[in-house]
Amino acid sequence: MREEPYVSPWIIHKSDLLKKKKPILSRLDIELTERCNNNCAHCYINLPKDDREAARKELSTAQWKGILKEAAGLGCMSVRFTGGEPLLREDFEELYVFARKAGLMVLVFTNAALITPRLAGLFKRIPPLEKIEVTVYGMSKGAYEAATRTDGSFEAAWHGINLLLRNRIPFVVKGALLSFNEREMDEFEKWAAAIPWMHGRSPAYSMFFNLRGRRDGRKNELIKKLRPAPEEGLRIFARRKEDYVKGMKEFCSKFMRVSGDRLFSCGAGRGGCVDAYGFFQPCMLLRHPDTVYNLAGGSLEDALVNFFPKIRGMKAVNPEYLSRCARCFLKGLCEQCPAKSWMEHGTLDTPVEYFCGVAHAQARFFGLLKERENAWEVRDWEERLDSFVKSGQEARCGSKN
Amino acid sequence: MYKPSEDVVARDVQGEFIIIPITSGAGDLEDEIYSLNETGRAIWEKLDGKKTLKDAVRELVSDFEGDGAEIEKDVSGLLGELLKRKMIVKISKS
Repeated sequence: MREEPYVSPWIIHKSDLLKKKKPILSRLDIELTERCNNNCAHCYINLPKDDREAARKELSTAQWKGILKEAAGLGCMSVRFTGGEPLLREDFEELYVFARKAGLMVLVFTNAALITPRLAGLFKRIPPLEKIEVTVYGMSKGAYEAATRTDGSFEAAWHGINLLLRNRIPFVVKGALLSFNEREMDEFEKWAAAIPWMHGRSPAYSMFFNLRGRRDGRKNELIKKLRPAPEEGLRIFARRKEDYVKGMKEFCSKFMRVSGDRLFSCGAGRGGCVDAYGFFQPCMLLRHPDTVYNLAGGSLEDALVNFFPKIRGMKAVNPEYLSRCARCFLKGLCEQCPAKSWMEHGTLDTPVEYFCGVAHAQARFFGLLKERENAWEVRDWEERLDSFVKSGQEARCGSKN
Repeated sequence: MYKPSEDVVARDVQGEFIIIPITSGAGDLEDEIYSLNETGRAIWEKLDGKKTLKDAVRELVSDFEGDGAEIEKDVSGLLGELLKRKMIVKISKS
């Protein structure tokens, strides 16, 4: 008698591949283009859809196929096609089919506006095996197009979303929270919860927007104006206070710690992102020239085996970082990282005041910090954290809400 | 004779043998990616569209120095599962 089934369902997060037998590369992000059919002011990457210079520099179909083939050969199971708007690439269908035939699962990030009946048919016939992720900028034309600054984008996006729904192509939605669409949150969440593949869950939002990855000063000033103040962001987080605090207790119990002078405590460099021009970055946001690898003169494997480990071993040298971030226990709450430092300051280890403010606002809300107290000066943080995680929530939280 | 369907792709990732559907309807709708155990993999690799089942069983008996009846039972069991999930196609009798 055989002891186990010959054929078993294979579930990536339960597989040994993500534990003891991890391949050199498990997942790969691919920015097919930085161009986009929308013109969102809050976006960290978008270039005009008809930017010929950008299009000319983008990798060719054959070059992308070479990268996908190498990724599959290294054991990669899943690629994320993102941008910009990846559907702007005229060879999107060809690359998508190539990736699927190489045995890769494909996650597509899109605004849905360029989904045609033909493309929906392709997704139906050759399923991506990952849920498509659609960013929705508003439930009304006014709010949507105030965000995208593109006439007709509202109708185009909803046409695409309806094609996905009609063809029963699994997708989830997420939002970008801006002053234009904030009053539509309840409507958006109610609609999103009814999408079969959302399983009743609320969508994720981006709100504390990243600055431009290519460090565009003029656009960065506009992005800063669109960010909510830390207390305002906290008010949005805490709209459903009980769920928020419950979730954050669990989160804080796992991820709060003092990080020290090591710059990388995330997964950056264990996978990575190939940008539109063939540069392999340790993560999607980090474009500091010292941390990117030119695939024109090498390979994914060389970057993963020889280059990224050196990057991951980098330590902070900025005295301000060492006296603050390196000693701060809000590591889990704070978005400070080398990529954010790069986007804000052009360095890898400069504290980003905005994210520091967001983390401190949350910590005060949870009772982890007193007013005007700096987290890096707190010595009894483990006791405070323990008290927060174990306490009755309502008694401790929320003088600000 | 049987061979892998063109609607699936088989991959060996770190020793794990995975069958990934390319087109919708290969596999079933609930669990779309499958892995084969070691026995399943050994049998799969004999399904090349050229060998008869008898040849495949004979080679497996030789490769594993196993019991013919037991291996035939394994082959028959796996073929049933793979056909149910449209992972292989029959290209002739035998």
